[in-house]
Amino acid sequence: MWAYVIRRVLATIPVMAVVALFVFSLLYLAPGDPAAIIAGDQATPQDVERIRASLGLDRPYLVRFGAWVWDIAHGDLGTSIFTNLPVSRMIEQRIEPTLSLMVVTLILAISIAVPMGVVAAWKQGTIIDRAVMGFAVLGFSVPVFVVGYLLAYIFALELDWLPVQGYTPFERGIGPWFQNLILPAIALGGVYIALIARITRATMLEVLSQDYIRTARAKGAGQVSILFLHALKNAAVPIVTVIGIGIALLIGGAVVTESVFAIPGLGRLTVDAILRRDYPVIQGVVLLFSFVYVLVNLVIDLAYTLFDPRIRY
Amino acid sequence: MSGEPLLSVEQLQTHFRTPDGVNRAVDGVSFHVYAGETLAIVGESGCGKSVTAMSILRLIPEPPGKIAGKINFLGRDLLTLSDREMRKIRGNEISMIFQEPMTSLNPVLTVGRQIGETLRLHQGLSSAAAEQKAIEMLTLVGIPSPETRVKDYPHQLSGGMRQRVMIAIALACNPKLLIADEPTTALDVTIQAQILDLMRDLKHRVGAAIVLITHDLGVVAEVAERVVVMYAGRKVEEARVADLFANPRHPYTQGLLGAVPKLGSSLTGETTRLSEIPGLVPSLKNKIQGCVFAGRCFMATEVCHTIAPALELKAEGHAAACHYAPVEAVAA
Repeated sequence: MWAYVIRRVLATIPVMAVVALFVFSLLYLAPGDPAAIIAGDQATPQDVERIRASLGLDRPYLVRFGAWVWDIAHGDLGTSIFTNLPVSRMIEQRIEPTLSLMVVTLILAISIAVPMGVVAAWKQGTIIDRAVMGFAVLGFSVPVFVVGYLLAYIFALELDWLPVQGYTPFERGIGPWFQNLILPAIALGGVYIALIARITRATMLEVLSQDYIRTARAKGAGQVSILFLHALKNAAVPIVTVIGIGIALLIGGAVVTESVFAIPGLGRLTVDAILRRDYPVIQGVVLLFSFVYVLVNLVIDLAYTLFDPRIRY
Repeated sequence: MSGEPLLSVEQLQTHFRTPDGVNRAVDGVSFHVYAGETLAIVGESGCGKSVTAMSILRLIPEPPGKIAGKINFLGRDLLTLSDREMRKIRGNEISMIFQEPMTSLNPVLTVGRQIGETLRLHQGLSSAAAEQKAIEMLTLVGIPSPETRVKDYPHQLSGGMRQRVMIAIALACNPKLLIADEPTTALDVTIQAQILDLMRDLKHRVGAAIVLITHDLGVVAEVAERVVVMYAGRKVEEARVADLFANPRHPYTQGLLGAVPKLGSSLTGETTRLSEIPGLVPSLKNKIQGCVFAGRCFMATEVCHTIAPALELKAEGHAAACHYAPVEAVAA
């Protein structure tokens, strides 16, 4: 088990190296010259050239990549071209709102979607099942920003139950913190809920037709115990897998959600950095997201062993 | 056998609605089981014997299934009980063993937990007490080092061991009736013998009556006292085991017995071709006119195709549903 964990952690190194190369190249190939943007409209070609040299953008590609990786290995994600602040500091300042949003969304989505899928499978073919599946299609097809504005309009503007936008740090109390996160979390969680509910229903349908479910019935087990103990534990591996894969959806969705609800998180930072062609910030953020994703998948793989005793590493 | 039967099934009908008509899997079957006896229900695949077994515990999903008739168990008609009352009977007063030991145990729960579940449900034991009792049950069914095995998962056990665990689950609450649906079919012959011995032994200890569903006449001869022969969802013959083997009355039963290979027959030079019953079981989706077996019966006449024979006593304790079954004088 521990040998496996160490092996998996070591395996993230080449993965991250490939990600780093990709991130670096993508921006190198993208159009737009940061030196020109910083210099502004009035700048002479000499000014632009000077700025480019000061940023090191005139050096060859591989040299820049090597230097960049070397710095990252030493914990230095570079300095923002625009604000002149270290990228790691900027990320540090913005990480709490994003992390809060993702954790709340994750908990909310799982606690809604899994029971939904279970009940849909149990009541297969009934109106309940069709309602759940209909909701899932809706969740897939309506974009985050539409749901976001709609929720904000209904619950914040019309009913005045919740704040329209913004973010309250966790240290100022869990109540205000949570109030600010409910609407964004629902908006962001829509697709995620749909995805988890669907896979839960599909897997549960398969599990419920198994012989051991019949055995459980023959033993006199109640419906709740059959669904949530006997069946759900057997259905857990595919569900957990999809929850893990879905984290990528959340990361992408967080960028949009933070814009809609004016949350000062990493998503907003990313959008702003892209608009300003702030290369070091973009690279730092994308690298962080990739690392989180790789880490989440490792955790998911280890979580399998909790649910299925036949899986051993 | 005398007195009130433990279980009496009357005119059991289990039908399934399917897109192309109603499947009459069990169509008017009646039988009794007395306390402490072993009744075998035999027949070939698809004759409705497993559906009969599952109908008793109401494990048939409704819909598409529909169970009608009467199933009297200790003075209660099981078909009129609520789901909650039925759950109190399942695994407690009536329990069941299934054919597939490889798939009938939950792969993600320990065997101790699975044995303990019925004890916790029906006897309100704490989880510690249930585990203790589970160890006792594992000892009873002959699993070595039960203290460690109780923490094992099903995939760590062999097929025979798993069937022993199933038996342990079934007997944990001292049921009055045990329904065993082809309990040995999926096992090696040597393991089959062990499991049958175990069931016979435990039956005496626990005092449970057994309904044994099987297609294996060897198993019937080994453990049963009375036999019900089913064909196409109906009961075609019922007799004590010795009578049935010595003197089968229904042509279908005769055919079944003729299809049993005799051990060592090729060595002694008596290699005769096994007799087989020509044709296939009729579709249960159409209402059958006349005798259900008429289409495959070597002695069928016109009357067989038009009038269904009633199940009648042909000798003492020996009933058959055939127009031409030989009759002996029955003591009134």
